[in-house]
Amino acid sequence: MRERRVADYSALPDYGFGPKSPMWWGTLGFCALEGMGFAIACATYLYLAFVNPEWPINARPPDLLAGTLVTILLLASVVPNHILKAAAERESIRAVRIWMPVMSAFGAAPLVLRWFEFGMLNIRWDSNAYGSAVWVLLGLHTTHLITDVGDTLVLAALMWTRFGRSGKRFSDVSDNAFYWDFVVLTWLPLYVLIYWVPRL
Amino acid sequence: MTAEAPPLDREIRDRDLDDAALRAALARTWATRSSLSGWIGEVDHKRIALRFVLTALFFLLLGGSAALVMRLQLARPESGLIGPDLYNQLFSMHGTTMMFLFAVPVMETIGLYFVPLMVGARQVAFPRLVNFAYWMFLFGGLMLWIAFLLNTGADTGWFSYVPLSSLQYSPTKRVDFWAQMVTFTEVSSLAVAVSLIVTVLKHRAPGMTLDRIPLFVWAEFVNAFVIMFAMPSVMIASTLLILDRLVETRFFETSAGGDALLWQHLFWFFGHPEVYIIFIPGTGMVSAIIATFATRPVFGYVPLVLALIATGFLSFGLWVHHMFATGLPKLGESFFTASSMLIAVPSGIQIFCWIATLWGGRPRFHTPLLFVLGFVFIFVAGGMTGVMVASVPIDLQVHDTFFVVAHFHYVLIGGAVFPLLGAIYYWFPKVTGRLMSERLGAWNFGLAFAGFNLAFFPMHILGLQGMPRRVYTYPAELGWGGLNLLATTGALMFAASFALLVVNAVTSYRSGRAAGSNPWGAGTLEWATASPPPPYNFALTPLVTSREPLWSERTALPVVTGLRVDRRETFVTSPAEARPELRDMAVEPSIWPFVAALFSGLTLFGSIYTPWAVVAGSPFIAAALVGWFWPKSAKEE
Repeated sequence: MRERRVADYSALPDYGFGPKSPMWWGTLGFCALEGMGFAIACATYLYLAFVNPEWPINARPPDLLAGTLVTILLLASVVPNHILKAAAERESIRAVRIWMPVMSAFGAAPLVLRWFEFGMLNIRWDSNAYGSAVWVLLGLHTTHLITDVGDTLVLAALMWTRFGRSGKRFSDVSDNAFYWDFVVLTWLPLYVLIYWVPRL
Repeated sequence: MTAEAPPLDREIRDRDLDDAALRAALARTWATRSSLSGWIGEVDHKRIALRFVLTALFFLLLGGSAALVMRLQLARPESGLIGPDLYNQLFSMHGTTMMFLFAVPVMETIGLYFVPLMVGARQVAFPRLVNFAYWMFLFGGLMLWIAFLLNTGADTGWFSYVPLSSLQYSPTKRVDFWAQMVTFTEVSSLAVAVSLIVTVLKHRAPGMTLDRIPLFVWAEFVNAFVIMFAMPSVMIASTLLILDRLVETRFFETSAGGDALLWQHLFWFFGHPEVYIIFIPGTGMVSAIIATFATRPVFGYVPLVLALIATGFLSFGLWVHHMFATGLPKLGESFFTASSMLIAVPSGIQIFCWIATLWGGRPRFHTPLLFVLGFVFIFVAGGMTGVMVASVPIDLQVHDTFFVVAHFHYVLIGGAVFPLLGAIYYWFPKVTGRLMSERLGAWNFGLAFAGFNLAFFPMHILGLQGMPRRVYTYPAELGWGGLNLLATTGALMFAASFALLVVNAVTSYRSGRAAGSNPWGAGTLEWATASPPPPYNFALTPLVTSREPLWSERTALPVVTGLRVDRRETFVTSPAEARPELRDMAVEPSIWPFVAALFSGLTLFGSIYTPWAVVAGSPFIAAALVGWFWPKSAKEE
């Protein structure tokens, strides 16, 4: 079929932020499917809690200290995360180079505390179904944290190279910050399930 | 035509070139290097999709062969052809292969081929992720079948119920291979789903508003969402199962507070939508084929789209009807009976819209339409028995009998395989540039239709006579021999129809009639470009003004310009209105997705034997991912 040229879009930019960028939608897609995975894991926990007359099974509830510190740290991280996101969206390479390492540290610190969290669960994964459920919930979120911190570290390094100054890279930083909000958000129901449901 | 392509050391726009120079420049920019690294690092959605489809068809051959051996075993009573252990493996491998390695990938990745073409895009979103998905799928499928050849084939059925699949009753590694294969294939399907969703939302040609999206694209789009929300459930389930088996967690162990029904809930929360994951793309194929061969737009576009969306939602509300025999509370059973019957409503709406389209058009009975008519007949028959087994008292009677086997083969083969065969005949000319033989096609259809009904209709009666599924033989006195022989004869005919398909495809590929760009006179955009399409799909992006652009724009297709041709650029548009927003840079081929899939595969494989494989493999996967995302040249920016 013949063609007739009816419009020209040469003036369009070659990158964009938020919903303009396909990567933002891809990130949202992964948030949705991972969120579904977390929801299923939570449903598993609640199902087991429902069918067992005793919950937790043969165990003291987990100690609150490490898990609560992680929660506070994660919530606090939202502030520098949004400063970083704003810096990326105004394409300020100086600010991004400062705040990326800060956010890497905010990601790494909960991982250190997480080590102690496993110890404070007061049960092993192979003791009974309750133990299995809390270990898997905590393990899932730990995997989530590790992958995002890894991603943040690589991106932080990238910002110091010649590739850092491209508009697309700033868009990546913005999406990475958006994903971090999701990592924090998924933790909150898990915190309630792991630490407070056994206290009900 | 030999055109001089302009040098690529400066920024060149498509608007500055005439048609021949434009195509020459695009061919150079979008070509995949013919080298090993180019081959494994492929990013052309058409080539990856073709690999997916051919690999899935190869698994269909394996799964079909397993079925044939079972049918030969059951052809007469007390047959000694194969023993119970191999029979267990065969029915498990058959079901697992057909669901995870054939049906889902083939229906999803025909979308991977045609969705970008139908929305007027140059590339799919995240092509490297899609390439990663292909290798994961291939490795997972090969792993399952190589294990089978080494006498470690899955043997607890395609849904691997606990406690049968627990370590206590299945102490070998057979179940572990099954469980890890699930992870491979679901990672793959999820990755393709995200890619398809973003392609539909962000890469539609300018002007393709939501109400101008072709129905096949709507079907793949809705389907991708169903995949996104259903598959995580089976991944979690199979992971918990392997954890129970490997590191002694207690999720499914009743004596330690675990619960066997938890497995069934997790499995069927995925397993029922799974049926629709196979069926929904089939409806999209039917809509595309019917419109083309009725030579008119589909009747009831909006109800059809709404029916697709409704089916997607309702598919999540039915899973418990697989568990009616487990002693659930009455209220639950009633709810799930109602929802199971409710889903017949959107299916009915679709069937009536298709009939109305044919009624109001001038149908041309080419092979694709024959398969669609076969679909309508078989699928409606399967739907009828579906409404029957949705009712708890009937379900309890026929549960685990051949009646159920007949029912789900009617809906799955009728709902998916017949549309798929029609789609193969319909789109073969686009993919290869040659038409398939109509004469062989008619024979193919006739043999498939007769063979299928002969194979599966008797199973309804066998089931009502009490023949249970998954038995490797039966005594002669029960009187099931005759119908079983009939079913086996039908199965052989059905298999022969596939042999005919292969013959037709191979001979047509070699010497079929040249197709040209639009042999059927169809209306959607995939027919606007050459057959087979060039790597860049469209030299200039179409501007869409109606649902069937090739029907409404009789003389010349309106197109837009503005993209650079010295690097891979494509338009990004807004999700609802498809207003142009960006000129996006499409990625170059890369070997890293393959490397990442290789390390992920080795890690998953190792974890069948020791949990430390995860610790050992993770750094390698991480390194591959860094390689994947690290930019290689300034041009990629």
